[in-house]
Amino acid sequence: MFEIIKKHEVAPNVHEIIIRAPAIAKKARPGQFVIMMVDEKSERVPYTLADWDRAAGTVTLVVQEMGQSSRKLVMLRTGDHVAHLVGPLGVPLEIDHFGTVALAAGCYGIGAILGIARAMKAAGNRVISIVEADSQYLHYFRAELEAASDELIQTTIDGSNGVKGHSVDIVKRKLESGESIDRVIAVGCLFVMMLAGKVTKPYGVKTFVALNPIMLDGTGMCGACRVNVGGQTLFACVDGPFFDAHAVDWGELRDRRVAYSNEEIDAVASTAPVEHRGSRSCMA
Amino acid sequence: MAQAAKKKDIPRQLMPEQAPEDRVNNFEEVPYGFTPALAMLEASRCIRCKKPKCVPACPVNVDIPAFVALIQEGKFLEAARQIKQDNALPAVCGRVCPQEEQCEGSCAIGVKHEPVAIGRLERFAADYERHHAAVTLPELPPKTGKRVAVVGGGPAGLTVAGDLMRKGHYVTVFEALQEPGGVLMYGIPEFRLPKEIVRAEVDYLRQLGVEFVLDYVVGRNSTIRELLDDEGYHAVFVGTGAGLPSFMEMPGENLIGVYSANEYLTRANLMKAYLFPEYDTPPIRRQRVAVIGGGNVAMDSARTALRLGGEVTIVYRRAREQMPARTEEVHHAEQEGVKFSLLTNPTRVLGDARHRVTGMECIQMELGEPDESGRRRPVPKQGSEFVMEVDTVIVAIGNKPNPLVPRTTPELQVTKWGTVVTEPQTMQTSIPGVFAGGDIVSGAATVILAMGQGRIAARAMDAYLRGEDVAQPH
Repeated sequence: MFEIIKKHEVAPNVHEIIIRAPAIAKKARPGQFVIMMVDEKSERVPYTLADWDRAAGTVTLVVQEMGQSSRKLVMLRTGDHVAHLVGPLGVPLEIDHFGTVALAAGCYGIGAILGIARAMKAAGNRVISIVEADSQYLHYFRAELEAASDELIQTTIDGSNGVKGHSVDIVKRKLESGESIDRVIAVGCLFVMMLAGKVTKPYGVKTFVALNPIMLDGTGMCGACRVNVGGQTLFACVDGPFFDAHAVDWGELRDRRVAYSNEEIDAVASTAPVEHRGSRSCMA
Repeated sequence: MAQAAKKKDIPRQLMPEQAPEDRVNNFEEVPYGFTPALAMLEASRCIRCKKPKCVPACPVNVDIPAFVALIQEGKFLEAARQIKQDNALPAVCGRVCPQEEQCEGSCAIGVKHEPVAIGRLERFAADYERHHAAVTLPELPPKTGKRVAVVGGGPAGLTVAGDLMRKGHYVTVFEALQEPGGVLMYGIPEFRLPKEIVRAEVDYLRQLGVEFVLDYVVGRNSTIRELLDDEGYHAVFVGTGAGLPSFMEMPGENLIGVYSANEYLTRANLMKAYLFPEYDTPPIRRQRVAVIGGGNVAMDSARTALRLGGEVTIVYRRAREQMPARTEEVHHAEQEGVKFSLLTNPTRVLGDARHRVTGMECIQMELGEPDESGRRRPVPKQGSEFVMEVDTVIVAIGNKPNPLVPRTTPELQVTKWGTVVTEPQTMQTSIPGVFAGGDIVSGAATVILAMGQGRIAARAMDAYLRGEDVAQPH
């Protein structure tokens, strides 16, 4: 059992959840993920490690309610326990001195880039964090990201805060204006990540995206998370989760993600309704 | 002579089982098991050979004539305890061992008649003990103070844990999934091995004092080196299995509706998808299913798909006689209505615009000259391509060793297939104090062979921990 040390809603339907898990915190590195089962009957669901504190033995996840399992999780409170948490899984993101690194994120990805921003900055990079949301009230982690980045740019689709548009639009503008960007990391919905690859390709800027397809075990056993990268079948859990955005087969990935959506809808409908404030999913 | 003649007249007893038309609609175990009367009758067929051939044919050398004699006398609990001296998981082995190739395959009665049903008797004794809540713990020797880390809670690891606990060592089992048992939990279906039995066997080890650490991935949370140098373990056993699914590497294999048998079975077994929506993991429930492969895993996948309401065809490139699955499994699958498309090799999966499977292109094969394995090699028949209309393809053509521990243990010697190199007499690896066994060593084999290697490793590890010669364990 893993205790929830702190849980609060940082934006409508975006929950910061801090869990005591010393064995995970001890080894966590940027870009890795965990797999959680909320209770003994839950699915095994991957969540990106947003942050961790080795001294306190805790890990931080940013969770949006999107289906039956994340819904069970966000119904828990500080002091409650989740049944199973395993990690850190996946290959850590390559952290090195690249020069200028742009991190583009939306939705849960805003939280997920925090640990990456810190590590990239510590490695001597100029870190530009660009975070997008539908509207101003959906932004979160402003102070944390400001502290971890050299530049923080917020965008909104409705123009209610910061720049109007997608995070990748900023990347595109910067590249068009001749600003030098040496590496782009995109974390968020498939749409944002796919766009990131599209935008940077003509400029030949190395771009990595976090692919989180359906997973069961997270250790290479099930093969459910296979993704086609550069014509080769790889497993997101053990070969990823970060892959070269210019080599990913995006169409195939999108289809694989929605493969279980109908069954998932059945499960949500079969449980008692629950009230919650606001709800928005960034799933493209 | 009169005695022997009488024994000959008693036929091998069958276990009562669920009718095929009933069992395809549920996930309950197929055979009900022997009644005490049937067990005693079957046990009476054993002729108590002076030099029994069944014992050496058992990978863990259970004293078969001794336990069978106890069953014949009605001493069922004593029989169970007799088996447990050599086999930590009798209720499991009685169900999933390939007895026809091992104990029963060497039974003297079997030369002229049907062999004694040793597996069914083993299962009966273990079930009797469990059902009568009569499981007792053996007396443990004084503690040696030595600590052992077992990596992986599958059949090999559980055997090592039980054996070393009984030798007075402290044992911790590290398991990556949410429950120990390995393939017994995620791979073998409920209708063949009820999970309640695996849990009971694991509970027995807990009562013996084995500590289980779940949700812990050695290679990620700790490396083998850290277990030895920083975390106070005096020896390590690596039993991480062959968990990486192989695919056909044919076009269309990433379409929606193509699954590894591992995924398909893990959903159904470990995650209990067949109880969806009580359990959250959705099952894969489709109309027309093709299962590629001819082993036990293919049979398990096919029979699971039937129970989830599909029409199921096994697609196997060789002939029936060459199927690696146990005869009993093929028989059960056939009884339940699984179809067999033999001498058929898939060449391509076909899909629609939404990347969903609509069919599988296959080619017919014929048997040619024998290959290195001695089996006649299947060769494609020119122009015999055809399309099988299916919406789901399950690939059950085998597994590769799990690379997580080798990748994070540079000094661990592995073969080009990724299996860990060991001394067969001791299961010792290239690292002193680190032993290995089961599928991570042998590739992909059976539960009992993994247990046999666990047994050998435990003996050598005990010697190692006592500072004795590992190669000459007492």
